[in-house]
Amino acid sequence: MNDELRELYQSVILDHSRKPRNFGELHGEGCVHVHGDNPSCGDEIDVFLKLNDGKIEDIKFNGSGCAISQASASMMTIKMKGKPRDQATKMAGVFRGIVTGQDRQLAEEDALGELQLLEGVQHFPQRVKCAMLAWRALEQALEKGQGDVTTEDKPD
Amino acid sequence: MSPDWTRIRHDFPILDQEVHGHPLIYFDNAATSQKPRQVIDALVRYYERDNANVHRGLHELSNRATDQYETARRKVAAFVNASDEEIIFTRGTTEGINLVAQSWGRANLKAGDVILATEMEHHSNLVPWQMLAAQTGAVLKHIPVTDEGVLDVDQLDSLLTEQVKLLTFVHVSNSLGTINPAKLLIEKAHAVGAKVLLDGAQSAGHMTVDVRSLDCDFYALSGHKMCAPTGIGALYVKQPILANMPPWHGGGEMILRVQFGSSTFKDGPARFEAGTPDISGAIVLGTAIDYLESIGRQAIFDHDAQLTSYALQRMSEIEGLRIFGPMQDRGALVAFSLEGAHPHDLTEFANTQGLALRGGHHCTQPLMRKFKVPSTTRASFYFYNTRDEIDRMIDILLGAKKFFGS
Repeated sequence: MNDELRELYQSVILDHSRKPRNFGELHGEGCVHVHGDNPSCGDEIDVFLKLNDGKIEDIKFNGSGCAISQASASMMTIKMKGKPRDQATKMAGVFRGIVTGQDRQLAEEDALGELQLLEGVQHFPQRVKCAMLAWRALEQALEKGQGDVTTEDKPD
Repeated sequence: MSPDWTRIRHDFPILDQEVHGHPLIYFDNAATSQKPRQVIDALVRYYERDNANVHRGLHELSNRATDQYETARRKVAAFVNASDEEIIFTRGTTEGINLVAQSWGRANLKAGDVILATEMEHHSNLVPWQMLAAQTGAVLKHIPVTDEGVLDVDQLDSLLTEQVKLLTFVHVSNSLGTINPAKLLIEKAHAVGAKVLLDGAQSAGHMTVDVRSLDCDFYALSGHKMCAPTGIGALYVKQPILANMPPWHGGGEMILRVQFGSSTFKDGPARFEAGTPDISGAIVLGTAIDYLESIGRQAIFDHDAQLTSYALQRMSEIEGLRIFGPMQDRGALVAFSLEGAHPHDLTEFANTQGLALRGGHHCTQPLMRKFKVPSTTRASFYFYNTRDEIDRMIDILLGAKKFFGS
């Protein structure tokens, strides 16, 4: 097995994909839901936010997908819980910079913690969409509060 | 005498390479086949000696290009047992189907007519009909697929009503490998007066196809899945259906006389070949056909069937591996899922071991929904693949299972 593959599938990532955290749904007052779709592989994800006082009070996700998309979603929910909306939006941008390998400087300024482990994705251009699927749903949930999003909507 | 498969494999220069430090195992043949030296050489030879535009020039090179282009048409015709007046060059199966939909379909379908497809169609044999249905008011219906991955023929009689104007189905499924009972389906469709289109993308290069004996009305194929380059394909249209079809694309090559207000069109296949065609592609599609015929399509079919049955046997030994599609009457491909390893992760893992698999929905999303999976992994074979490569694939699948399994 080669080194890039080991970097892509680090044990923490595989652990999140096997045992995704915050897996489930949120309904009720203050809850928003966005459905994300990756048409290139058929993977689907649902992201649920409970917003309160400008903050993400709770966040869950549901769906099926590859190890990268599941781990990315799982780690995202951990990181986003309790974050103010504008900070969450900013972090989504930082994460996009990491996985596309385009914006290293920005990434260093804002530590994303465990999520940095997904930077191996940049060596696998086909997999950027997998890593971004949950984040696109999150961005749409914060921006529009509902609807569907696909990984084809605009380039990462 | 059985062909010398080892020598034949050496006709494919691309197979002789390492990928990520491992010998390449190319098991993505249902997506596109590799090209033999003979085809590559013919392409180079054409551009080095004979390149010119067809049908218009009066000079030597144009005559040569025209002769070779029309010879290729005769080769395609003979390959499917049609006459050359029934063969239109296209970009591939997808374009062939769109041509039928927009030319024959728009001229012959009206509101309330039924287009009958199947649940196992490739998107390219669904979307053109959805577009036609929106344009004409016709209705698109489908024959369901059973849990075993074959067409539910019990439902045929109730679905094949007199409203059905076209039955369109895949000859060999790219997702399940199912070889559909084409002759039976065609007979039943004709009995209610429907025309029949056969999607030959996965059958043309893998088995003997005789459009006369099948009695289909349209048969579309792609050159690139049968040793020719991408960008060239062919569409068979039974005469006199072709003679009565209106033009599709307008332009040069397809006209008799053009005035500012209106034009008259050529008869025959030329009416559907507006503009400069893929001349070199068509010519070397002819070379690919010569090559396949030199091996023999029955020999290719038998080789692939043995390889596929060996793959099915070895893959069934892996615990947690689920095979989709029938165990008999199957083309040279196996779609499967492996517990704990998503198709994307599995193909990524395989790639680092030099193994080219395909993971995804294989452009058959309705079928994936039926089997309640977002995607599958597919290994698809051709006559240059070997049992040894299958053994190595099994080792790689076991390795992936260990790597991704908890």
